[in-house]
Amino acid sequence: MASIKRTKFKLSGEQLLDMFYWLKLIRAFDERLSILVRQGKVRSGVYTGIGQEAIIVGTCFDLRREDYICPLHRDLGSFLMKGVEARQMMAQMFGKSTGLSKGRDSALHSGVPELGIFGNTSMLGANLPVAAGLALTFKMEKTDNVVVAYFGEGASNTGDFHEGLNFAGVNKLPVVFVCENNQYAYSVPVEKSLAIDDVADRAAGYGFHGVAINGNDVLAVYQSAQGALRRARAGEGPTLIECKTYRWHGHSEHDKAFYRTKEELAMWKSRDPIPTFTTYLQQLNMLASEKLAEIETRVSSVIDEAVAFAENSPDPDPLEATTDLYA
Amino acid sequence: MPKELTYLEAIREALVEEMRRDPKVFILGEDVGPYGGAFGVTQGIVEEFGEERCFDTPISESAIVGVSIGAALRGYRPVAEMQFADFISCAFDQIVNQAATLRYRYGGRASVPIVIRAPSGGNVSGGLYHSQNPEAWFVHRAGLKVVAPSTPYDAKGLLKAAIRDDNPVIYLEHKYLYRRAKGSVPEGDDIVPIGTAAVRREGNDLTLITYGAMVVPSLEAADRLAREGVETDVIDLRSLMPFDKAAIFASVDKTSRALIVHEDVKTLGIGAELSATIMEERFQALDAPVMRLAYPDTHCPFASVLEQANLPNPDSIADALRNLAAY
Repeated sequence: MASIKRTKFKLSGEQLLDMFYWLKLIRAFDERLSILVRQGKVRSGVYTGIGQEAIIVGTCFDLRREDYICPLHRDLGSFLMKGVEARQMMAQMFGKSTGLSKGRDSALHSGVPELGIFGNTSMLGANLPVAAGLALTFKMEKTDNVVVAYFGEGASNTGDFHEGLNFAGVNKLPVVFVCENNQYAYSVPVEKSLAIDDVADRAAGYGFHGVAINGNDVLAVYQSAQGALRRARAGEGPTLIECKTYRWHGHSEHDKAFYRTKEELAMWKSRDPIPTFTTYLQQLNMLASEKLAEIETRVSSVIDEAVAFAENSPDPDPLEATTDLYA
Repeated sequence: MPKELTYLEAIREALVEEMRRDPKVFILGEDVGPYGGAFGVTQGIVEEFGEERCFDTPISESAIVGVSIGAALRGYRPVAEMQFADFISCAFDQIVNQAATLRYRYGGRASVPIVIRAPSGGNVSGGLYHSQNPEAWFVHRAGLKVVAPSTPYDAKGLLKAAIRDDNPVIYLEHKYLYRRAKGSVPEGDDIVPIGTAAVRREGNDLTLITYGAMVVPSLEAADRLAREGVETDVIDLRSLMPFDKAAIFASVDKTSRALIVHEDVKTLGIGAELSATIMEERFQALDAPVMRLAYPDTHCPFASVLEQANLPNPDSIADALRNLAAY
C-alpha cells in the first residue's frame, strides 16, 4: 500500500475526518450505482469514478458556495461536495422527476447555478470554454471567486481544450484546470493519444503553470489545489493540475475493459486512495475503530436513504418531454 | 426623432442603446474591439464603453460561444460576433449541444441569454466561406431562436428583442444589406417581437413568403406582377424560429396560393418546413401546391456570373409568381 508523507497542513482533525467521509461517501455512491446497473434498476449512462475520488475531494474541499465547478462525467462526488443532496443525485441517475434534470438525462449533464455547478454535455472538453466564461465574470466583478474545471487526458486533445485554456491564459482568468489522467480515453491508452508524458506540460503553451501530481493522494491533491486556488483568487491566473490516477471500472458500467491487464488493474488498486488515507489517519490516532464504524454507518445510511428516495420518487410526467425548452 | 440609418448603423445603435440600458450586456468576438469589427459594426463602442465591455478574442469561435454561455449563466447578456456566419460551424457544438439544451437538462433552473450575431448571405462575391446562410441548421435544433431582419428598423428592433430574450438567439444580419438598406429608425425602444412577421405589401391573389436580402427583389417581382393584374401579399418573416404561423395562414386563407423564396439552399431549407406546415394545416385553403424558389443545392461560388446564376432575382421570382398564378 502506498503511504502518505506527513505534511504541514493547517487542517484540523475534524477537517481530515471530513475528507475521509467524502472519500467514503463518493466511493459508496459509485459502488451502489454499479450494483443498481447490474440489477437493472439504473439504466445506462453510468460512468463511475471509482479509484479517482481523491481528486474530487482534494480539489473541492476548500471551495466556497460562490465558486463554480465544471465537472466531467465521473465527478458525481463534486456535485455532492458542492451541496447537492445525495438523494437528488440518485433520483437523477434513476431518471426520476425529482432528479436535477427531471428525468431528461441521467449522468451529470445537469447543473445548479445557485450552488455554482455547471453541468457539461457528453462532448468532453466542451466545459472548458464555459469555465473561462464563468471565470471572466468573476474577474469583471473583481471578486476573488474561482472556477475549478475538470477534464480527462483524452479531452486534452480536443479543440475546446485549446480554445478554453488559451482564452483563460490570455485573460489571466481565475480558473484551476484539473486533469484527471486515468490512463484511458474509453479504450485508448494514454500513449496512443498523447505524444508527451504529462498533460501538465501543455499549460506552458497557454502561459501558465502546470504540475503533474499523484492523483491518488488526497493530501497531495489538496496541497496543489490550495496553491492553485490561492493564485487564482489573487488574480494570478490559471493553473493546470494533472492528477495521475486510474479508473477501476470500464469507461461505463457496460464496458468490461478487456483492453487492459489484470496486473495493471491490481497495481493501481494497491494505490487505492482510501486505505492509504485511512492508514494515515490511524497513524495519527485520529481514526479509532469506533469512529471508522460511525463514518461507515453514516455513509451507508445516506446511500440507503438516497436509493429509497429515488425508488419511491414518481416518474416524470410525459408532458415534461417537451417543456423547459425555452425560457 | 426618427433618423435615416443604414442597416449596419441600426445594428450598432441597438448595441449601444442596450449597453447603456443594461450593464450586463457586453460584446465579444474577433476584431470587435478597437478595430471596430470586420464590417465596422462595433466602431466607436470601445470608445464609449471600454474594452471590458467590447473585447477582442483569439480566433476561437467555439470559445467565443462557450465563454458567452458561462457569462450568461452568471446573469450577463453577451452579444457574440461571428466574423462571418460561415465561421459559426466552428462553434456548432457549443451552440447546439451546450446552449440549446441547457435549460432542458437543467430542469428549467437556468437559461442562456446569449445573442450570436452572424453576418450571413451572398451577392457580395464572398465565395464559399464568406457567403453562407446557415439558418436551417439552427432552426432544426430545439432551444434556439433564429431571426433574420431585412430593414434597418427591424435590424434594430430585433436585436434589442434578442438581447432581452432569455434564450440563445442566432441573429443573422445580411451583409448585402449592411450599407445598401437604408430607412427611418426611431431613437429608443421600438422592439420588434421575435416571432412576428411583417406584411410588406398587400394583395389578394398570391402569397409570397420570404426574409432577409430576398425581400427587396421579391417586392420588385410583386410590383411587376401587379402591372400584369396579379396582386401579391409579400410577407417578411423576420423571425425564422419561431415563425409567424398566424400571419402566413391569414394570407394563405385569403390568396390560396403560396410561394416561398429564400437565399439558403432548397433542400430542407426554411421553405420545406413552411410548405409542409401550410399543407398540413391549410390544405383545404389551397388552390395550388406550395411552391419554392431557393438557392440550388450547391455552394456559393466566387465568380459573379456563377453566383448570379444561383441567386433568386426579380426575374426568376416574377416567373415563379406567374407559374403559381397560372396553376
